[in-house]
Amino acid sequence: MSVAGDPGPAVDLAGVGVALGGTAVLGGVDLTVRRGEWVTVIGPNGAGKTTLLRAVGGLLPFDGSIALFGSGVGTLRRRDLARLVATVPQTPTVPPGMAVFDYVLLGRTPYIRPLGRESRADLAAVDEVLGRLDLRRFADRPLETLSGGERQRAFLARALAQGAGVLLLDEPTSALDIGHQQEVLDLVDELRADRGLTVLASMHDLSLAGEYAERLVLLVGGRVVASGPPREVLTEPLLSEHYGARVRVIDAEHGPIVVPVR
Amino acid sequence: MSLTTEGVAAPSGHRPARLTARWLVAGVVTAVVAALAGLAIGPVPINPLGGAAELLNLIPGVDIHSGLTPQETAIVTRLRLPRVALGLLVGAMLALAGGCYQGVFRNPLADPYLLGVAAGAGLGATVAVTADAVFSPTVLPLFAFLGALLAVALTYALGAAGGGRVRTPTTLILAGVAVAAFLTAIQTYLQQRDVDAIREVYSWLLGRLAPSGWHEAQLLLPYAIVAGGVMLAHRRQLDVLSLGDDEAASLGVQPRRVRYLVVVAASLGTAAAVAVSGLIGFVGIIVPHTVRLLAGTTYRVILPLSALFGGAFLTLADLAARTVLSPSEIPLGVVTAFLGAPFFILVLRTATRVGL
Repeated sequence: MSVAGDPGPAVDLAGVGVALGGTAVLGGVDLTVRRGEWVTVIGPNGAGKTTLLRAVGGLLPFDGSIALFGSGVGTLRRRDLARLVATVPQTPTVPPGMAVFDYVLLGRTPYIRPLGRESRADLAAVDEVLGRLDLRRFADRPLETLSGGERQRAFLARALAQGAGVLLLDEPTSALDIGHQQEVLDLVDELRADRGLTVLASMHDLSLAGEYAERLVLLVGGRVVASGPPREVLTEPLLSEHYGARVRVIDAEHGPIVVPVR
Repeated sequence: MSLTTEGVAAPSGHRPARLTARWLVAGVVTAVVAALAGLAIGPVPINPLGGAAELLNLIPGVDIHSGLTPQETAIVTRLRLPRVALGLLVGAMLALAGGCYQGVFRNPLADPYLLGVAAGAGLGATVAVTADAVFSPTVLPLFAFLGALLAVALTYALGAAGGGRVRTPTTLILAGVAVAAFLTAIQTYLQQRDVDAIREVYSWLLGRLAPSGWHEAQLLLPYAIVAGGVMLAHRRQLDVLSLGDDEAASLGVQPRRVRYLVVVAASLGTAAAVAVSGLIGFVGIIVPHTVRLLAGTTYRVILPLSALFGGAFLTLADLAARTVLSPSEIPLGVVTAFLGAPFFILVLRTATRVGL
């Protein structure tokens, strides 16, 4: 039930379960992401983080309900869903020989009629995104010739070109060095602010997760074990219990920093 | 739905990858030159301009003095023209289907015979030849056509993993391999039971353009138009599909449905081409790859150009097939392989753009 005037959450999961190949990978997941919020899902390997994002992206059948801006994910047609949520997967496919401009233009697919072609508005949207992410000088270069950090920006550009309100990021920093990790996450934060994007990400690096998210969700064995601001979730008892690791948590300016200790 | 997007650029001036007028004209010109060569060259050399004039004279109301004798005119319009037309159609169909299969299965080794089409057509032809020697010439194309389509249907029916629900490119290819092996086994059994049948089917298997008048081209044309239309219409969707099923789905495309439509159209076109011309290999792999190396890697460019250059290539190959050892003819499938392989290596060496 929503209060009059409250537009409702961007992403709303209730009792979501996913079974893959007969095994339950997610069970009883409740999760709400408010409009414009950044929530990061953390958890040990195999916890179901990628599965969760794929379910929200409409790529998997699920039990329970997932709503995006009030519309059920299962009820929307693919094209309509693509206009609401954009996904940057963990290892996006790099089609050989495709120029960056054309790659980002693929993000406009939900707006181009199935057997039609792109409009001036679509090209202008691609232009704007390339400019915003400082990719204009690479526009005609094949995607595979870009460095890791530049390529990550191109993947992000394609997702942004979709003009969707929700951005799903699966391990956005795992292939990057620490400089580029911060660069990409700072960029996502700026975009969130100037476009009102809602971000739901999954991350391995706990410190980075804590520094950039407003809320963390700890997923273990397919279930939500803790949820709240980083300081409440990144605690030594919780982390040592669920990760089976010895850690020290240090309080820093933007959030807790998690350090593994031998 | 136009083939080019000339004139549409982003505010920054960048243009999306598109079929340029330059390449489109190159394709059309190549096809026209190949056709004129096919009309002009043969046991009776005929002036190509005269041949072109006689072509135009076929249009009702047009009467140009071509300078050809009635005999030469008959050779052009009754013998060579149907053969050239068939070559253009078959070549276009095989190359287009090959490009589509490569796109739909994201596999550079895919060719139009992938899902058991060749084995099915071969079995159909063998059944026609061994079942009834009297009716076989007229029945063979039909049996080959049906055999090809049944093979694809069988592959689709069997090509789902995980308890029969999930059809991925890989499971379909594997099912195609299984179906092809099975049908080839039956075909081999039937052939060795009737040794005379082997000879007849063998010449068909090697592929040839031997039309009896306009009959074969007329048979093929409706399939070529429908199948070709559907394949060309989906060329942008194939670019989205190159990202993989998951990413394509998240961009709003239904990958399995697009794959199904394109495979049906490509199989239909290939089956019809095979029914009238036998199993001509190489065209379906070489032409799309050559286009990819020379003109661009997006399917918006590859599909239309594959159709044009495929038709031209097959017409020229047929020209070689019937003139090199004249008066006997080399089987067309042999010529396509012989010409195609070194040509492709040459292209590979000189191309500056790489990306398969």
